[in-house]
Amino acid sequence: MSDISFVRAEMLPPSEPPISERGAVKWLHENLFSGWLNSILTVLAVVSVYYLIKGGSPWVINGVWTGDSLSDCREALAGESGACWAILVERWNQFLFGFYPNTEYWRPTLTFALLFVALAPVLYYGLNRANAIMVGIVGGVLVLSLIALGTDVWHILLSVLVFAALTAVAWLAPKKLVYMSLAFPALGFFILWGGSVWGPIGAMAGLGIFAVVWRLTQRVLGDVVAGGVGLIVAVVWWLWLQTVVTTALHGLIPIGLEAVDSDQFGGFLLSFVIGVTAISASLPIGIVLALGRRSDMPLVKMLCVGFIEFVRGVPLITMLFTASLLLQYFLPPQTNFDLVLRVIILVTLFSAAYIAEVVRGGLAALPRGQYEAADALGLDYWQAQRLITMPQALKISIPGIVSSFIGLFKDTTLVALVGLADPLQGIRKIVLADIDWKGIFWEPFIFVGLIFFVVCFSMSRYSMYLERKLKTDHH
Amino acid sequence: MANAAKMTQTDEIAIQITGMNKWYGTFHVLRDINMSVVRGERIVICGPSGSGKSTLIRCINRLEEHQKGQIIVDGTELTSDLKNIDKVRSEVGMVFQHFNLFPHLTILENCTLAPIWVRKMPKREAEEVAMHFLTKVKIPEQAHKYPGQLSGGQQQRVAIARSLCMKPRIMLFDEPTSALDPEMIKEVLDTMIELAHDGMTMLCVTHEMGFARQVANRVIFMDQGQVVEQNEPEQFFLNPQSERTKLFLSQILGH
Repeated sequence: MSDISFVRAEMLPPSEPPISERGAVKWLHENLFSGWLNSILTVLAVVSVYYLIKGGSPWVINGVWTGDSLSDCREALAGESGACWAILVERWNQFLFGFYPNTEYWRPTLTFALLFVALAPVLYYGLNRANAIMVGIVGGVLVLSLIALGTDVWHILLSVLVFAALTAVAWLAPKKLVYMSLAFPALGFFILWGGSVWGPIGAMAGLGIFAVVWRLTQRVLGDVVAGGVGLIVAVVWWLWLQTVVTTALHGLIPIGLEAVDSDQFGGFLLSFVIGVTAISASLPIGIVLALGRRSDMPLVKMLCVGFIEFVRGVPLITMLFTASLLLQYFLPPQTNFDLVLRVIILVTLFSAAYIAEVVRGGLAALPRGQYEAADALGLDYWQAQRLITMPQALKISIPGIVSSFIGLFKDTTLVALVGLADPLQGIRKIVLADIDWKGIFWEPFIFVGLIFFVVCFSMSRYSMYLERKLKTDHH
Repeated sequence: MANAAKMTQTDEIAIQITGMNKWYGTFHVLRDINMSVVRGERIVICGPSGSGKSTLIRCINRLEEHQKGQIIVDGTELTSDLKNIDKVRSEVGMVFQHFNLFPHLTILENCTLAPIWVRKMPKREAEEVAMHFLTKVKIPEQAHKYPGQLSGGQQQRVAIARSLCMKPRIMLFDEPTSALDPEMIKEVLDTMIELAHDGMTMLCVTHEMGFARQVANRVIFMDQGQVVEQNEPEQFFLNPQSERTKLFLSQILGH
């Protein structure tokens, strides 16, 4: 033990890391060649990807794009291996729209474009400029698609005007876009199904009646009882009064679009109608169920647990058969309750049960201190849920929720089992039943799979964007 | 200085606890607590872990429910009546050991949340109040950051400011410095000392004996869910009566 005393005279400044620890060298070393096992795997992966592309690409590139039947393709290929993309050129419209009338293709296309506007307040929350730009781009793409679809001038003009107005609103008064989101369910229903404009307006009026009754009685009866009274009045309106009033109004001012029956829905139109509606409806229902399951009130808790466990214990297909067959027995005779709507309702309930469990996981992950701090500040139950716990729990649950949504969207193909024309099974079988295309195999799968991939991958990327944006621990 | 602070108290009763008992299941955590706190009084509660001191102050804003006896805060008795509980909670501020700031909100939003939603204060006014208290705890420049970006000491000062924004009449501190690095303890204690000089009624569960000496009017020592000894700080530290208190003091002051 000599001299252990030491005093630093000067503090060391930070210096650059050595060359092996930065840039491409570091990246390669860390990610591809960090050890001999990883190096072998890297080489193997590169080789397999190479052979996959080498084997598959001629078939894709050689593909024939023109022709009226599979035999035309075979003739053009003259014995070589190659895809017959002509089927997509000929039948793409059925894959996208099912049997929706050709002249009315602008309606689902416009609805799809409006969907993005309706989502705007949620999609890029707080980024108003980004929303306005997105609305503008969607409008541009819409107009181009409508031209490509051969839509008549009037409807193109209508779409241009609508989107010019929406872009202006998004730019100047972004908060007003919420009204578009609120109106979208009725608006989308009206554009897609057509018929009298008064039907959807009447249905929305029911919600308005609920809100008005609730507001008026809330002071006297308290929130919960007032909600119940509002609901009863709204149900009375929907069941007995609405039809009378809307029929009368339609007699006075007959505005409407050509009615399209649910039977004519198919392909991705059907998938999107079911998927989007079920997704947007199942999130709020799932949140309520999750809160109910954690409630202190035994009855509420029991109902929620019972519902969630029942739905999770039953396969989706059972629910779909219930929708198509069983539900009819419980409804009054001669009620024509649309099959697509019935399927949407049951798919929504199915998804809500899963969302509820995902959200409950998020709630359980919150530290107790968050609830205590909210309580200690004097926030009441609903304020604490809305302002403190839900924003955090939903943020934690984003990956799980989006997984559920992706699963739900892909599960929409199961509606083929109750006779609806989904793109994968229903439409593909119908197209292949045509003698011209009999024997084709891969091409429809690739096309449908690609669209599903694009949609699901977008959802997944969006969820990652959202997670990054909501991250607040460091910037 | 300590004496000047002590003069701000009056005879008005802020908290009255009579014959209060609490059980966790069959475990008797609080046993026959009787205590009255005068407005402007500053009380330090200390004791070994598991002695019920945190549970006691958590009963005062009903984060914990008591099963027997009576707690009256600012003239309002705490029962299962939710209206009374919310009323008491909006008058009583609480600072936690682990800060419990809301990580998804900025510092400013953390401070304005309760005034806006509970006191129905306009947003602009709430922000002014929040900036006033953030300046008071000396971190106005952090207002637009998120809690995760602040040091522990800064977070705890924000937590104090957040409680003060509700203009509480009583402040409860539940081991406010126990989760902090030694260098950060002082900045939080300084904030609390300043608050004491402003005449705030304070109940602090803490082991900071320097703080107790400097600002407390009364030190309460708890063990096994009951009050073992209470006295003025001078007397409490220099002349403890109970054997249990002597042992405790020798252990925490012995190093």
